[in-house]
Amino acid sequence: MTTETMPAPIQPDGPKAARYWNPYIAGIGLGVTLVVSYAVLGAGLGASAPVARVAAEAAHAVAPAAMEANDYMGGWFGDGSPLVHYLVFMVLGVALGGVISARLARRVDFKVERGPRATSKLRIVMALGGGVLVGFASRLAAGCTSGQALSGSAMLLTGSLVFTAAIFVGGFASAPLFKKVWT
Amino acid sequence: MMTNVLGSTTLFSEGLLGSQTALVAAAAIGVAFGFFLERAGFGSSKKLVAVFYMKDFAVLKVMFTAVVTALIGIRALAAMGAVDLGDWYQMETFLVPQISAGLLFGMGFVMGGWCPGTAVVGAVSGRWDALVFLGGAGVGSLVYAGVYPAIAPIHEVGAVGVSTLDDVLGVSPGVAALLVILMALGAFIGSNKLAAKRAQRTA
Repeated sequence: MTTETMPAPIQPDGPKAARYWNPYIAGIGLGVTLVVSYAVLGAGLGASAPVARVAAEAAHAVAPAAMEANDYMGGWFGDGSPLVHYLVFMVLGVALGGVISARLARRVDFKVERGPRATSKLRIVMALGGGVLVGFASRLAAGCTSGQALSGSAMLLTGSLVFTAAIFVGGFASAPLFKKVWT
Repeated sequence: MMTNVLGSTTLFSEGLLGSQTALVAAAAIGVAFGFFLERAGFGSSKKLVAVFYMKDFAVLKVMFTAVVTALIGIRALAAMGAVDLGDWYQMETFLVPQISAGLLFGMGFVMGGWCPGTAVVGAVSGRWDALVFLGGAGVGSLVYAGVYPAIAPIHEVGAVGVSTLDDVLGVSPGVAALLVILMALGAFIGSNKLAAKRAQRTA
């Protein structure tokens, strides 16, 4: 191993913030969490469906008839709120687990994270645009990095493995377009 | 259904994913999920996006380690007869939508700096851009619902039902699992070599 020439991984900015875990250790923790999810729930992890369900609930407050008639989301209103769903509760857990970890490690830091050449405004516009793309793509694929890339790949599902490969291809291919935001 | 050692079924196989027990269990699993994501450094968009600029390969390492760990755990539990994978939810494969979605997703990931799960962790870590990203993802989901009638037929293109790598390759699940593990190991070694080479060049 060429450890002596390896660049240091990115660490948090704050002077009091603890260093991040070794990626292999964190990965093992996530992998075990995923096995527990499958063994108990019979389903893997998920984060994009709850985002879509919260959006559906919000849109329903404005246009109830249109949402209930929608071919894709209408069924979510069949027996009550789309928010009563195990993945919505899972993502609430993610928020809790995330804030516990971030506070213990003194990594809570209120800011707009961006590259040295980017203004906050540019970064916010890009975050919005990237969010729209990712939200749309997650519905098109029926899952995101959690539900497809992690959970599906661990089950050797063809579509999930192909989706994961496509994410990396799309990310690497478009990275030069967004250099000003990050480098 | 075959009886297994633990005699256990899953909430999914019992049709109980909507029960209060499932909601509580999912929340508890979510706490561990969020905790490990944050520990990995995924509450930071700079750390996440760095993989696409080949400056920090944590995303690749964490993700593939998680897949390999779960893969080994799942195969071991199944081989021992402790679980029956027939009790687990397996998503269907739709090749054309999933490939196009992956390309779009990758672009959105670099552009926005987050994916949905990490954006939740970022938001509770104080990142305003993560909150904005989640708002955008909600809008993107609604856009999909809006155009769904027009693009629904695309889901029939390359739809092959539940498909696994071992089916496609005509090998046993064990061999397919081994191939994925080897690919992950290749990615770990390759990314380390690449990072070392880049460090030398900039030194």
